[in-house]
Amino acid sequence: MAILDTKHRKEPINVLIVGVGGQGVIMVSKVLAQICQNLGYQVKQSEVHGMAKRGGVVFSHVRFGAQVWSPTIPMGKADVLIALEWAEGLRWMSYLRPDTGVFIADTKRIVPPFACRSRILGADIGYSRDTPDDVREKVAEAYALDATEMATRAGNERAANTLLLGALSTTLTFPVSEWKKVISQMVPPKTVDVNLAVFDQGQQWIDSSRKGDPVAGAAFVPLVQPEVNPVRTSLEITEEWCKGCDICVKMCPERCLILNKDQVVELAEPEKCTGCHICEWLCPDFAISLNPIPQEAVA
Amino acid sequence: MTAIAEQASPTAIKTGITHQMTGNEAIARGAWEAGVKVAAAYPGTPSTEIMENMARYPVGDVHAQWSTNEKVALDVAIGASFSGVRAISMMKHVGLNVASDALMSFSYIGVHGGLVLIVCDDPGIHSSQNEQDSRIFGRFAQIPVMEPSDAQEALDYTKIAFDLSERFDTPVMVRSTTRISHTRSPVLVSERVTPKDLGFNADVTKNVMVPGHARARHPKVIERLERLAEYLETSDLNRLELGSSKIGIITSSMSYAYVKENLPDASVLKLGLSFPLPKKLIQDFCAKHDRVIVVEELEPVIENEIKTWGLKVEGKEFFPRIGELSPEQVRLSFEQAGVLEPVENALGPQFEPLIRPPVLCAGCPHAMSYTAIRSLDVRVAGDIGCYTLAVGDPLTAIDTTVAMGSSIANAAGMYLAGTETKPIVATIGDSTFIHSGIPPLIDAVYNKANITVILLDNHITAMTGGQENPGTGKTLRGEATHEIDFEAMIRACGVEWIERVDSYDAASMMQTMRESIAYRGVSVLIADRPCVLDPVKIKGPTMSVDAKDCNACQGCMNLGCPALIWSDEWYEGRHVVKIDPTACIGCSVCAQFCPTGAIQPTLVLDQKAAKAKPCGGS
Repeated sequence: MAILDTKHRKEPINVLIVGVGGQGVIMVSKVLAQICQNLGYQVKQSEVHGMAKRGGVVFSHVRFGAQVWSPTIPMGKADVLIALEWAEGLRWMSYLRPDTGVFIADTKRIVPPFACRSRILGADIGYSRDTPDDVREKVAEAYALDATEMATRAGNERAANTLLLGALSTTLTFPVSEWKKVISQMVPPKTVDVNLAVFDQGQQWIDSSRKGDPVAGAAFVPLVQPEVNPVRTSLEITEEWCKGCDICVKMCPERCLILNKDQVVELAEPEKCTGCHICEWLCPDFAISLNPIPQEAVA
Repeated sequence: MTAIAEQASPTAIKTGITHQMTGNEAIARGAWEAGVKVAAAYPGTPSTEIMENMARYPVGDVHAQWSTNEKVALDVAIGASFSGVRAISMMKHVGLNVASDALMSFSYIGVHGGLVLIVCDDPGIHSSQNEQDSRIFGRFAQIPVMEPSDAQEALDYTKIAFDLSERFDTPVMVRSTTRISHTRSPVLVSERVTPKDLGFNADVTKNVMVPGHARARHPKVIERLERLAEYLETSDLNRLELGSSKIGIITSSMSYAYVKENLPDASVLKLGLSFPLPKKLIQDFCAKHDRVIVVEELEPVIENEIKTWGLKVEGKEFFPRIGELSPEQVRLSFEQAGVLEPVENALGPQFEPLIRPPVLCAGCPHAMSYTAIRSLDVRVAGDIGCYTLAVGDPLTAIDTTVAMGSSIANAAGMYLAGTETKPIVATIGDSTFIHSGIPPLIDAVYNKANITVILLDNHITAMTGGQENPGTGKTLRGEATHEIDFEAMIRACGVEWIERVDSYDAASMMQTMRESIAYRGVSVLIADRPCVLDPVKIKGPTMSVDAKDCNACQGCMNLGCPALIWSDEWYEGRHVVKIDPTACIGCSVCAQFCPTGAIQPTLVLDQKAAKAKPCGGS
């Protein structure tokens, strides 16, 4: 179990905080930086804004010690990696010190639209299937907790980042009173109580987990499995009935239909058709029909 | 939780102790302490927060404004300098290209009140269209280029820049980078000292650049640079840190921190200015060391100039010319140069990274506009803004993007080429249109192009975080001001076909867009809906998917809305869709696309569910 001795180390201590735009990554790093400054360390905190607000990747490097040069943490030198979102934690894992790095992650998933793009029948969701057990195998010390769910139950979903601060506090030698003082200064006055309560929860969660006690909030909900035997269909066009009104072409979600030179609809890209039936339902002339292909014919 | 500590007045913070500040906050502080009176900028990542912080200082101290574009901003600052007060203008690297016309001539004129130009480069292209090295521009304009390496220096250099500007009669560039602008580090602050107003300097031979005057000014530019270089030979802006090593490092800006991270005891010549260079200081430094390596981000600006003096230095054979430096990259380059022993870089475990590109927000009006554009099968000249994200899956509705305001003239050029078989559309946001979209619109009408311009009016400068502009009716400090009447202005440019449509009205959007491209000549369709984030974060009653009605056609998923994701249910091998209630703002556009009516207001579905329960239930 790693507790970083902040007083006696020559090299700076490196904490990498990661998540998705809007989750409060910058707030976590600001609280940590403020505490470090109050305690007399030199602190550098580096983040990248810009595209972050658009649901993109957000990360903040916090480095503190007697003397800090680079504001960014060299790869492989992060002492603690705090992730506010599961897959983001996995993304930055290579920054951890391989022998001593501590990984603390919220198991919350923020699934990007890009993960739901495949239109192959029975497609898998484009999101990591790695579980906390997979991570524990490869990391010196790893904690996966459902911080968002715990914070929601405590009364404020947005306090999940403070809960993770509580978890982070167990890896450093800073006095609890200092953490609570800075948190109270930095959060909106109305939310001080709930933030302090979840801070304690985060701290207790790690403490119990280190002792090997069973802890609530460790459940990891598996992702939906890909469909094994999806229904397959073939699209049939009765050309004589088509008057070229263009409705199906415009409404097809996969844009796989075109009007040919005779102004008759044609399935231009059959491999793109998912069999959703929209063209069949919308055709005013009943010129399109979709027929299921029997399983044995597919095989 | 959100920070409220930040909202305290910046003038109330204590002097004499350190505060955590970003480079951008420090630059604003430095300008304020230097007694700046007029500040003008156009927003652009990573420079935007400098002006936002400037506006937190008292109105009585400094006039802070968003200008329509960077050239206008610099011209405003130049005007203030003519009138004898200190002035500042800040912009991102590509903004400097826009401002350069004024800069090149103003360099000859020199200053009356000190003028400082802040330029923030973006090595690594975090949020830009290129990674040009603005230090070359400083050299081109023959103005000094200061390169702070952290927030403290960002503050100090900004203040010193005003002094240098007045002492050497030159505009001064302070060049930051994304990493410096967006890194917080300890900063010692002090009080504001306001210099005496000098009043207007009525010297036409200096202020009016007609050929006769300009010819006389050019030698003065060369002469002032020589004086400045002489001054820099002994100034502590260039810092010599003699170490034990036989190898000497010459560096500047953030590269200095990466050098110190890897070689804390090496001999370093840290340059405060990359132009002009202190020749004698560098010659002496080279003479003292067996080998000298120049470490700089992007272009070999310092390295090449030193080489022209016949000195042997190394640099870009080891350090990349492309992208942002990092401590690990600098280490690797030192290993390649034989300065450091190669060590196996032990990294943490690797997992396959999730693809998470930036996306348009849930409820973003641009999503509907581009869905309509895509359905038309047209050629699209895009522009700079959030909406450039429509280039990606699933909207894939942009064919070209060059620079601010390029879309309209690019579209006109495509038409004039005569080879395009598809209708030609230009898409441009409100702020970008004001920035540099109006002259090309006049040009397109004047030269009889047949194009459609879709003005994506979301009533804010969104991409940079929600800044006011002349279309919003508010100034930087939130005062009410004249609001541009886009329709009247566009009509005055000679456009005869103008329609305004609510971006959330899918049917009207698609129909009106068809009409606009059918029109021969320049037509303008104004897609009108406020940004969902700024100035007010919009959150209405959410929509939900009735899973039993969803046939998983994925029609709604083509909007690319981040609130729409796959549920755990399947329908004929396709994922049934669900809506994340924390993300959905209730714009209803997805419901307008749903062929089965499965997407309904959450309230309606809840009522239905309640009615469906057997009587007598609790």
